[in-house]
Amino acid sequence: MSINSSISSDGRTLTIAVDGRFDAGSLDEFRSCYESAVKEGPIHFNVDLRRAEYLDSSALGMLLVLRDYAGGESASITISNCSPEVKKIFAISSFEKLFTIQ
Amino acid sequence: MSKEIPQSSIKVLIADDSPVDRFILQTMLERLGYSVVLAEDGHQAVEQFESEKPDLVFLDVMMPNMDGVEAASCIKENAGDDFIPVIFLTSLVDASSLARCLDAGGDDFLSKPYNQIIIEAKIKAFSRMRAMNKTLSLQKNLIERNNKHLLQEQTVAKQVFDRIANTSSLKLSIIRYYMSPMAVFNGDVLLADISPTGSLMVLLGDFTGHGLPAAIGSMPLASIFYGMVNKGFGMSEILREINGKLNKTLPMGLFCCATFLDINLRKKRLLVWSGGLPDGAIYRAGGKTVERLASRNLPLAILSNQSFKADVVRYVLEPGDRILLWSDGIQEARNAEGVMFGEERLNALLEQELDNLHIFDDILQKVQHHIGEGERDDDVSLVEVRFPDEKEAAEVEKQGSRGRGCLQDWSLDFRLEASSLRVFDPMPLLLHITSEVPGLRQSNSVLFTVISELYNNAVEHGVLGLKSSVKQSPQGFAEYYRQRKEGLENLPKDCFIVLEFCHTVDAGGGVLRIRVRDSGQGFSPDETVATPGGVPIYHGRGFSLLRSMCESITVLPPGNCVEAQFRWLAED
Repeated sequence: MSINSSISSDGRTLTIAVDGRFDAGSLDEFRSCYESAVKEGPIHFNVDLRRAEYLDSSALGMLLVLRDYAGGESASITISNCSPEVKKIFAISSFEKLFTIQ
Repeated sequence: MSKEIPQSSIKVLIADDSPVDRFILQTMLERLGYSVVLAEDGHQAVEQFESEKPDLVFLDVMMPNMDGVEAASCIKENAGDDFIPVIFLTSLVDASSLARCLDAGGDDFLSKPYNQIIIEAKIKAFSRMRAMNKTLSLQKNLIERNNKHLLQEQTVAKQVFDRIANTSSLKLSIIRYYMSPMAVFNGDVLLADISPTGSLMVLLGDFTGHGLPAAIGSMPLASIFYGMVNKGFGMSEILREINGKLNKTLPMGLFCCATFLDINLRKKRLLVWSGGLPDGAIYRAGGKTVERLASRNLPLAILSNQSFKADVVRYVLEPGDRILLWSDGIQEARNAEGVMFGEERLNALLEQELDNLHIFDDILQKVQHHIGEGERDDDVSLVEVRFPDEKEAAEVEKQGSRGRGCLQDWSLDFRLEASSLRVFDPMPLLLHITSEVPGLRQSNSVLFTVISELYNNAVEHGVLGLKSSVKQSPQGFAEYYRQRKEGLENLPKDCFIVLEFCHTVDAGGGVLRIRVRDSGQGFSPDETVATPGGVPIYHGRGFSLLRSMCESITVLPPGNCVEAQFRWLAED
C-alpha cells in the first residue's frame, strides 16, 4: 500500500496514484500528498486508481475531503482508471455528480 | 584492415628436385626476408610439412618418389581446416597443364623462370588470405562453442521446466498430443490436469518470440496452472491469476496466445476461453459436423487485470466428440521452397472427412510431408482430447484425483482480543483465506469492501463508540480518525471482536455468511442520506455499499452484531 503524487510540467495538474489498498490506513499519506505538494494550488486534480485493488467507504470520505480542499463546488477532480467494481462503488454513492469518473 | 605480416615470421617450404631451381628460389625468398625450408621430392615435402609447419608451400610438379600433385593432396589433407596455400612451380606453359595443377588442389602456379616481383606479390596476397582464413576459423570455433553451450543450457532449463510442468496428466488415455522436444524454447507450452471438481483442464499456450525470452513465461504459467487446478479453482479464476502475473512480470511486447479448455467429465460440458491462438475445432462423434472455436479474447499478459475479462463459450459434449487445438506452427510450417502449409490447406483437411477418426495423425502427417526436406525449425504443437464414455470418464477421473479436494462447506470463527485490536490489521489475513476458496477468489475486491465495512463499524462504533456525526467537516473527518487512533491505543482489556465466516456451496455457486460481533453496547447503523441538497457529507456510505454488494444485511439485537450474506455465482 503506497501513494505517490506527481505534478504536471505546467504545474496545473496534481496526479495522486494509489497502489493496493485505499482505506483509512492511507489517510495521512493521501492528505500529505496534496497538502505538501501544492502551495500555489494546481487547478486540476487526478486520482489514479489503476493500481488500487481494494477500497472502502473511508476512501470515499477522503476523496470528499480532497474535493473540499480543492475548492468544493468549483473543484476539478478526475478519478481515473477505475475498475468496474470501483465504478460501481462510486455509482452507489452518486460520486459521478461530484467527480469526473473515468 | 589488411595488416602486413612481418616477413621473417612467414615460413615457406620449397620442394624441387632440381638443386639449381631450388637454390634460385631459396635465394630470392631469403633476400626478401622469408625463412625457407627445403625438400628434394614429394615424399620429403610431406614430411617437412608435418615437422616444420610452414605457412606456404611451393611444389615442383614433376619430382621423383612422389610428384607435386600427390604431395599437394597429402598436404591439404594434413592441413585440415587450416588454409595452407600451395603454389605449383612449373615450366609447363600450355593452359590445360596449368589447369590440371589447380584441379589437383593447388591454389596457384608460378612459371619458371622466376620473376621476383610476381613472387613477392603472390606471397603477400596468399599471406593475407591465410590471415583472413585464420580469423574466420577462430570465429567459427567461437560460434560453435557458444552454440554448444547454449544447447547445454537449454537442456538443463528444459529439465527444470519438465519438473514444474509435470506431464503425467498428458499421458491420460483421452489425450493425444505432439510437441517438438524443445517446443518450450519456441514458446509453446501444453498443460493438462484433472481438478477435484471432475474437470479436465487443458491449456495450450504460445508465447511471442523464440528462445529463452519465450520460455521464461512458461514457468509462472505452469506453476499457477497446476497449483490452482489442484485446489479446484475455476477457469476464469485461473486465467485471471495467470494474466495478472504475466502482465506484471513480462516486458512490453511479450505475451501469450492461449486456449484454455475446461472439460467437465461429470456435467459433459466444455468451457472454452480462447485468446489469439488459431481457431481450434470440435469434431462431433458420428461425423456430423465440425465446429470451430474462434478466438474471442486478447492474449494473456496484454491487459491489466482491471480490464481483463474472461469471455467463455460453453458447449455440450457427447462421448466420442474430439477437441483439437494447435499452435500457429502448423499453418506456418514451411517446405524447402519457403511455402507455408497455410490456413487453407488446414481448413480443407478439417472439412474433408467429418467422420475421420485419424484427423490428428492426418494433420501431423500432412504437415510433416509438406515440410519435407525444408528447414525443420519445427515448433508444431497439436493436441486432441476425446470425450470419454461414462466408464472411461470414471477411470480418467480416478487417475486425476490423488486425495485432493477443494473447500466446499466450511465455517471459521475468528476472535480478536483487545491486544490484537490495538495493533493488528486483520484484512490481509482474512482476504488470504477467502482467496483460497474457489469461487470467492474472483470477488476478492468486493469482499474487501464488505469485510472492511463490517469490521471498521465494529471497531469504530461498536468497540470505541465513536459518533459518525464528528465527520461533519473536513476537520471533523481528520478528528474522527485521530479519535479512533487514540481510542485503540487506550482500548480496555475486555474488548473484543468476533468474525464468523460460514460458507456453503449450492447448485448456483455458493453463499458466504459473515457475522461480525463486538463487545460494545450496540449501535444503529449510520444511514444518513449521503448528499443532502448537494452538500456532500463525509460519512454514511458504508451501509449503502454493504446493501448493494450483499444479498442481505441484518443487524441483530442489541445492535452489536451485523450479518451479511454474500452470494457468488458458479461459472456454469
